[in-house]
Amino acid sequence: MNGFKIQINGIDLEVEPGTTILKAAERVNVRIPRLCYHPDLPAWAACGICVVKVEGAPKMLRACATPVGPGMKIVTHDPEIYRVRKNVIELILSTHPNDCLQCPRNGNCELQKLAADFGIRDVAFEHRVAEIPPDESTESLILNPSKCVKCGRCAIVCQQMQNVWALEFVGRGENMRIAPTADVTLNDSPCIKCGQCSAHCPVGAIYEKSHAQPVWKALESPDLHPVAQIAPAVRVAIGEAFGFEPGTVLTGKTYAALRRLGFKAVFDTNFAADLTIMEEATEFVQRFAHGKGVLPLITSCCPAWVDYLEKYYVDLIPHFSTAKSPHAMCGAMAKTYFAKKMGLDPKKIFMVSVMPCTAKKFEITRSKEMFSTGMQDVDVSITTRELSRMIKASGLDFANLPDEDADSILGAYSGAGVIFGATGGVMEAALRTAHHLITRKELDDVNFTAVRGLQGIKEATIEIAGKPIRVAVAHWMANIEIVLNRVREALKAGTEPPYHFIEVMACRGGCVGGGGQPYGADDEVRSKRAAGIYQDDASSAKRCSHQNPYIQKLYMEFLGAPLSHKAHELLHTAYRARPRYRF
Amino acid sequence: MAKLNVEQLRKRRAEWRRESEARGDAAKRTRILVGLGTCGIAAGARAAWDAMADELAKAGVKDAELRRTGCMGLCYSEPTVEVQTPGLAPTIYGDVTPDLARRIVREHIVGRQPLTEHVYARPAPDSLAPPRPARPAAGAAAAPGPAAPAASGQLRIVLRNCGIIDPENIDEYIARDGYAALEKALFQMTPEQVVEELRKSGLRGRGGAGFPTWRKWTFTRDVKADVKYVICNADEGDPGAYMDRSTLEGDPHSILEAMAIAGRTVGAGQGYVYIRAEYPLAIQRLETAIAQARAYGLLGRDILGSGFDFDVELRLGAGAFVCGEETALIASIEGQRGMPIPRPPFPAVRGLWRKPTVINNVETLANIPVILLRGGEWFGGIGTATSKGTKVFALTGKTARSGLVEVPMGMTLRQIVYDIGGGIMGGRAFKAVQTGGPSGGVIPAAHLDTPIDYESLQSLGSIMGSGGMIVMDEDDCMVDVNRFYLEFTVDESCGKCAPCRIGGRSLYNLLAKIARGQGTGDALDQLREIGHAMQKASLCGLGQSAPNPVLSALRYFPDEYRAHIADRRCPAGKCKDLVVYYILPEKCVGCGLCARRCPASCIAGEKRQPHTIDRARCIKCGECYDVCKFEAVSRT
Repeated sequence: MNGFKIQINGIDLEVEPGTTILKAAERVNVRIPRLCYHPDLPAWAACGICVVKVEGAPKMLRACATPVGPGMKIVTHDPEIYRVRKNVIELILSTHPNDCLQCPRNGNCELQKLAADFGIRDVAFEHRVAEIPPDESTESLILNPSKCVKCGRCAIVCQQMQNVWALEFVGRGENMRIAPTADVTLNDSPCIKCGQCSAHCPVGAIYEKSHAQPVWKALESPDLHPVAQIAPAVRVAIGEAFGFEPGTVLTGKTYAALRRLGFKAVFDTNFAADLTIMEEATEFVQRFAHGKGVLPLITSCCPAWVDYLEKYYVDLIPHFSTAKSPHAMCGAMAKTYFAKKMGLDPKKIFMVSVMPCTAKKFEITRSKEMFSTGMQDVDVSITTRELSRMIKASGLDFANLPDEDADSILGAYSGAGVIFGATGGVMEAALRTAHHLITRKELDDVNFTAVRGLQGIKEATIEIAGKPIRVAVAHWMANIEIVLNRVREALKAGTEPPYHFIEVMACRGGCVGGGGQPYGADDEVRSKRAAGIYQDDASSAKRCSHQNPYIQKLYMEFLGAPLSHKAHELLHTAYRARPRYRF
Repeated sequence: MAKLNVEQLRKRRAEWRRESEARGDAAKRTRILVGLGTCGIAAGARAAWDAMADELAKAGVKDAELRRTGCMGLCYSEPTVEVQTPGLAPTIYGDVTPDLARRIVREHIVGRQPLTEHVYARPAPDSLAPPRPARPAAGAAAAPGPAAPAASGQLRIVLRNCGIIDPENIDEYIARDGYAALEKALFQMTPEQVVEELRKSGLRGRGGAGFPTWRKWTFTRDVKADVKYVICNADEGDPGAYMDRSTLEGDPHSILEAMAIAGRTVGAGQGYVYIRAEYPLAIQRLETAIAQARAYGLLGRDILGSGFDFDVELRLGAGAFVCGEETALIASIEGQRGMPIPRPPFPAVRGLWRKPTVINNVETLANIPVILLRGGEWFGGIGTATSKGTKVFALTGKTARSGLVEVPMGMTLRQIVYDIGGGIMGGRAFKAVQTGGPSGGVIPAAHLDTPIDYESLQSLGSIMGSGGMIVMDEDDCMVDVNRFYLEFTVDESCGKCAPCRIGGRSLYNLLAKIARGQGTGDALDQLREIGHAMQKASLCGLGQSAPNPVLSALRYFPDEYRAHIADRRCPAGKCKDLVVYYILPEKCVGCGLCARRCPASCIAGEKRQPHTIDRARCIKCGECYDVCKFEAVSRT
């Protein structure tokens, strides 16, 4: 289709039909001020800040929601538009607390930035803040309605992107607020703790429940032996808090920072991801090649997804891999294998997981299987955001830290371990090892590129030993229903299910786009982070989990074989139905 | 009842036309029409009905027929009853108490002596009646009663059947050209011709914004889609507005017919009437009408054998004002929270269930059958250059004669307020009229001669809106009135967009402060700035128009605002915190009436001596001021 000829601020340009005024204006170097708009989401058009003038239109129009039309003449800024925007910002500020110093978003708040850009120096209108107690019912997230600017992003993320519908608009007029559906607490709602609400919130109205304090306490305690692990996606995002480009691989500096914070051992969740693959790929081969168990097999390393499946897909429980998520496996290994090898009292080991994720905070106590070592396997889970704050609070010059290695036990990883951090990565890693398990041969090319990328649903057929394996990869929850309903329909009809193996990740882009990652992620950022992950994989000496010598050693010395009795005890979990609502 | 074909419909129309022409002075039997709209019922029409039925039985009148009808438009004199009896001119009675009802039976029907002092003139001639030579009526019925308006200039197109037909009898509608326009649209006109008639008529949406109806229909017609919808917006919710309710209660078939015409024209097979649940009688009459139309084959499959399928269902709204905004209305029908979404895309292109959807308001639709029957040019000949046809207003407030009035566009506010409304109640001075309900602005006396149309009202800072028209007198305080309307819009804001959600409440709080005498020097600037931001940056019409009353009052009555702020004084004596009541000793005769009526018992004084008010205990209710016969109670 031909482009539209339009004019913005007197400049002629041609844009694709369907382009919004907001996007078109970028072409003439105008970034229209906005608050509620987020590139991940359909324009909700709530804040009223991005208004522009269009010739012939009697009203100002919202640039975020208005597509250009042929011949449109747009003015993106003039004194009257400035006045309207400033007044709207001041109205929003008039209902917003002035406690920026104590706010979790201090320094990276989108409203704070608008106020700064507009040079707001005083409270223009009567200041009144609704005092609504924060909802701290989950271990993952805190919803503080008093700070909410009602931009709607969290609710739309929860409803449309995640298909969870835990957040809803309640009340109307100035009493309108965003609350869990039916006004229960978040913990009693269908919330899966994915934290996408917190990743999209422009202000400090919904954010991760911080567990930095227990970590500081453990580091201070002379009795404890604090150890840490970092998830695959952390290394490609943490740099954003220190001025690095998204996707910069900073594994070595993160290890170094953790040691300097006082951790006595630094592990890598990537190692445990290799372990997960050993268990899960074996599980798959058992089902696929030996007919032991039902197909498709569905991955289970995403705790938000696990919460979702226990609420919405109980009928498919036999299809879920029983393998724990990598960091849970790491916790179990730290308090058994590592403790034994190092001659440590497992009770004194304090395991801290650094995760891109808010759901991991919930996962570490979600069921009795998370206490497989006779104690809590992982003591605390913090997010990438929390670790970056700890590093800053310590005054560490992160950018100039030397690159260090992880501890060799539970630290060395293959390329298959790191790609867990991007959508499709678990599938690809599992296929690399499944191929080996089925054929006893190594792949010439380990890259299964069909399952990579940000497309919401990816499908591929991979041939191993002459047998086609139909796989699907779905991420960001709204896509998962589509895939699983196909499975349900086939099961109901008694026909061959459309897939043998399905990977599910709750967050858009997989863990690189996790709810605990640095703020400001959009598809561009997520792509860059994923690129960092695949770069790390490509530069790894070993590309497959089963090739990791430390994994081989772990099985030899401690676990025996994948799916052994001991492996089941420590590395596997179980699922049970959970109510969506508790009243 | 069997489904009809065209011939059968025409036959039925002819039969019932003969039947209904056999009324009035040519009638063979007596017919009594009781206005049983919600307002009539609320005023006691059912009691009047029962009394009449009882008295007719007692008097042994056997051939009299007691029938229900819709609103006659004489709200100030409900309940209203029209008596048609052989040999006497049709007569409308107002304020019909059960006693009066019995007297009407005894004296007018049996005794053939109309009760002149209770007779009200018909607000407008029957616009569908064929011209016939005026016959001198027997008796005194032709002489107007005490409260009758002078020649009003009303023209009833929308309300053509209200107060005339029984809204629950489809045959009476059919007799008055009902479904003849649908017949025409199905068999004699192409959809293009229908659109062309609408274009020629100049009909614009009566829901508020005044968008040309033919363009809306053309947008939907031009979109290729497997499914399209027609929605009638009957979510009337402005305080003081009841035009659509009265139309639906009095003439539900006119809406169904227009929706079917719209369906035929744009290619839709399903219609929805979105009506608020607080309109139970309108809902019941619509349900009855839909059932009757289906039984006659005027809705449903293969309408009149044309091959065209169209059906209508009701969707009840829960009473949120914002659901009258078309995108919020659509969300509500879809089962979602009623919140507006940005346009474009307009519902005409992408509406209900993402399908092209024509949404028209009740009054807009009610015009359409008449336009098709009498032609767009005829309709276009009524009104002003930009605004054609008539407009129905719910005339309320301090008017002497509140009523449901329908006037040609271009009539002046003065004509409506004075000629139709009879001026101000109690002979007090006119201050302003607010059009457009809570979304409109106040218009002062200086602009009373403005001819009403969309553009002129807008230039005055108000809007046509859906048709609420509230008259204010010298006792009304602009700050107080503005606060009243803002309270409504603030309460009804959905809360989605920041300018409306926060701006509305900020405006309200500022007004409340001003009314308490706590307004600061920058308050007026703040009102203007917030109002401007709301108008420009609110997402939907609710927020964009909510500041209109305040901004127009600041334009026309700035001194009144300044008095509240600078002098801590309410010139109208309405804002309680600023009013002090006191007794003028030189005028007080010590009758003690005020002291007896004072609910706070704070007036004291010796008999025949000037009384005094204890200001500390005075609750400023104004009772003493109202009851004093000697103008001895004053206030500042």
